Amino acid sequence: MTENSIIELKNVSKHYDSTNVVDNFNLKIKKGEFVTFLGPSGCGKTTTLRMIAGFELPDEGQILLNGEDISYLPPYKRPVNTVFQKYALFPHLDVYDNIAFGLKLKKVSDGDKMRRLTTDEIDEKVRNALKIVDLEEYEWRNISTLSGGQQQRIAIARAIVNEPEILLLDEPLGALDLKMRKDMQLELKEMHKKLGITFIYVTHDQEEALTLSDTVVVMKDGMIQQIGSPEEIYNEPENAFVANFIGESNIYSGTIAGEKKVRFINHVFDCVDEFPKNEKVDVVIRPEDVRLKKDDDESLVKGKIVSKIFKGIHYEYILMVGRNEIVVVDTKDREVGKTYGLQIKPDGIHIMKKELHTNTYTDAYIDKNNKVVISDAAFDCDITKLVKGSRLEEDGTVTGPDGTSYDFTDADVIAEIGLTDIEILDYVEDATVSGTIVSIIYKGDHYQLTIRTEQDEDFVLDTEYTYDENDVVGLKVKAKDISLKLKGEAKKYAKK
Amino acid sequence: MNTKNSFSRFLSKFYVYILLLLLYAPILVLIIFSFTPSRLIGNWSGFSLSLYGALFKDKEIMQAFANTFLVAVSSAVVSTVIGTFGAIGIFYSKKRTKAIMDAVGNIPVMNAEIVTALSLTILFVFAGIKFNFLTLLIGHVVLTIPFVVLSVRPKLMQMDPNIYEAALDLGATPSKALRKIVIPEIMPGVFSGFILSITLSLDDYIITAFTRNTAFQTLSTYVYGVTSKKGSLPPSLRALTTVITLIALIILIIVNINSSDKKEENKR
Repeated sequence: MTENSIIELKNVSKHYDSTNVVDNFNLKIKKGEFVTFLGPSGCGKTTTLRMIAGFELPDEGQILLNGEDISYLPPYKRPVNTVFQKYALFPHLDVYDNIAFGLKLKKVSDGDKMRRLTTDEIDEKVRNALKIVDLEEYEWRNISTLSGGQQQRIAIARAIVNEPEILLLDEPLGALDLKMRKDMQLELKEMHKKLGITFIYVTHDQEEALTLSDTVVVMKDGMIQQIGSPEEIYNEPENAFVANFIGESNIYSGTIAGEKKVRFINHVFDCVDEFPKNEKVDVVIRPEDVRLKKDDDESLVKGKIVSKIFKGIHYEYILMVGRNEIVVVDTKDREVGKTYGLQIKPDGIHIMKKELHTNTYTDAYIDKNNKVVISDAAFDCDITKLVKGSRLEEDGTVTGPDGTSYDFTDADVIAEIGLTDIEILDYVEDATVSGTIVSIIYKGDHYQLTIRTEQDEDFVLDTEYTYDENDVVGLKVKAKDISLKLKGEAKKYAKK
Repeated sequence: MNTKNSFSRFLSKFYVYILLLLLYAPILVLIIFSFTPSRLIGNWSGFSLSLYGALFKDKEIMQAFANTFLVAVSSAVVSTVIGTFGAIGIFYSKKRTKAIMDAVGNIPVMNAEIVTALSLTILFVFAGIKFNFLTLLIGHVVLTIPFVVLSVRPKLMQMDPNIYEAALDLGATPSKALRKIVIPEIMPGVFSGFILSITLSLDDYIITAFTRNTAFQTLSTYVYGVTSKKGSLPPSLRALTTVITLIALIILIIVNINSSDKKEENKR
């Protein structure tokens, strides 16, 4: 344990049935820090928070508070308080009794004895808490007479009045309207400064996360994608998911063309990151890092404005560069249809290792019809790929070049399918397997979709067509596009 | 135009009045004729409170009256406690358990009372238990528990599911959270479950007849007994009916005042 870390999560995992809601979560939080768990719904951020609060117990791993293991401590014994998403105020109690609820249960040390707080002490603390949330003289109001914003403040007062070591906030501003949310964000930040309590905040709103936090933890599918300051997360996203989730960005597939040179949208750009030559990479460019110049500069790549949206402080343009789109923001009013040169400074080009070149399934097997089974679905495949120079006999066995006969029924294989080799179908009936679209990343001239089957297997594919998240689609792959590799020796399957 | 309008308005009011009249006429007749001593309903032999005098002097009726309330209140208390905790337990169980318990809990409500009565009797005989006050109490508790669960459940569902966790979070032990937060929150449901239990138990005949000790008379068994013996209604029963109606009316008024108070409070 490092001296100044107040809470530490060590290899924490949580599963419901067979899905990993939180997967090997490791995090250290410093005393007084404002940490935000950020991610789309279902990424495990709330579950992680609930494990810190004690409402859920981790299946694996440890949660340490000041070096002490609190993983299995019940919530009422933890020096941690929570502000709930829908406030969870006690409707049958008035404002005063809501805030005093925790204080009345509390025992404090008085010399060597433990005693309860006196009425005067409770009174003073409640008044103080109400002052902090700016609701003085609301003590005797009924909860149901308060507005959403006021209820939220009472919920915060009820939590901070107990002087917790850590304050947990579960999307506390989710139910408020935009204007109120902005005001409350500032107030929360002020409160954090004044109180010096460690805040752990959960949100799916990236702007909120960037505004409030000292540290942002970006999560997806129960796994941490990146931990960093808001600046680091925004400027140096670790992968395409983070880049796409945090703010508007252009994401392209590129190839390293040389030392500090990267090729994408059919043009070679200077960059600052070093990668081996010919490495396939993802390239991220923020819309504000692109400058529009006159189109007479031969060295610049050219783009034509196809769309223009006024956004208040700036315009958002979409330009076509060949077949690729690029989103650019600019304060100048420009005409649709005009061509400009695009200038992108090397430090505005963020390069990330490409996550995936092919889909690899290591637990596939061959069924008795010589099909390959991936995620409980049988795909047509060319089984002769398993033995070089072999041919398929009529009885379903494979004869090798040396005349050996193989029967590959139930053989374990590793199957690989390229991202462009998966055909996506709107009609599930015609497909080999179906699934739900769980992520869509736009890559300039195509989308990269991740489709999850009911068996929790992911198929990643590139497509030019637009789909929506949560669409159910069918997938089909041509037999020739599935490459197969046998696990273990072919000899094992030779017929005697 | 105007006349037609007022005519249809008259008709719609008339309809409601007719309906109310039909609904309450039998009770009204009984109440009116409880103030005359004639043996047969329909004969008005002058205003008198003699039936009430006879009623309160009739030891058998008074005993049955007391017994009925004893059974109703004690069974309502027991089934309110068991039913409320049962409903809370079901509410916080896992999805599957919850679905099963909800379905099973509904069976006694739908089931014919005679089936419940018979099966209880067989059970007691089988277990060698003599019929006494306890068996009667058990019978009434079995009858009323599902209704308590049914009236508590909606209150639990309306409740913010996080408030129990919020109480734990603020330092309350699970039992304290239940006592200080969950139960006060569902109290209106508990109260209406209690009232419902009392009314169900008060006029129950079938289960009472099967599970009581034969020496133990409640109003329903007494009335059934005398009418089947004598063939006609003893006049003092008219006074009894009036008294019961009055009690029911008072309970109704209390419940209504209680709930309208709550609404007023919320508005402020």
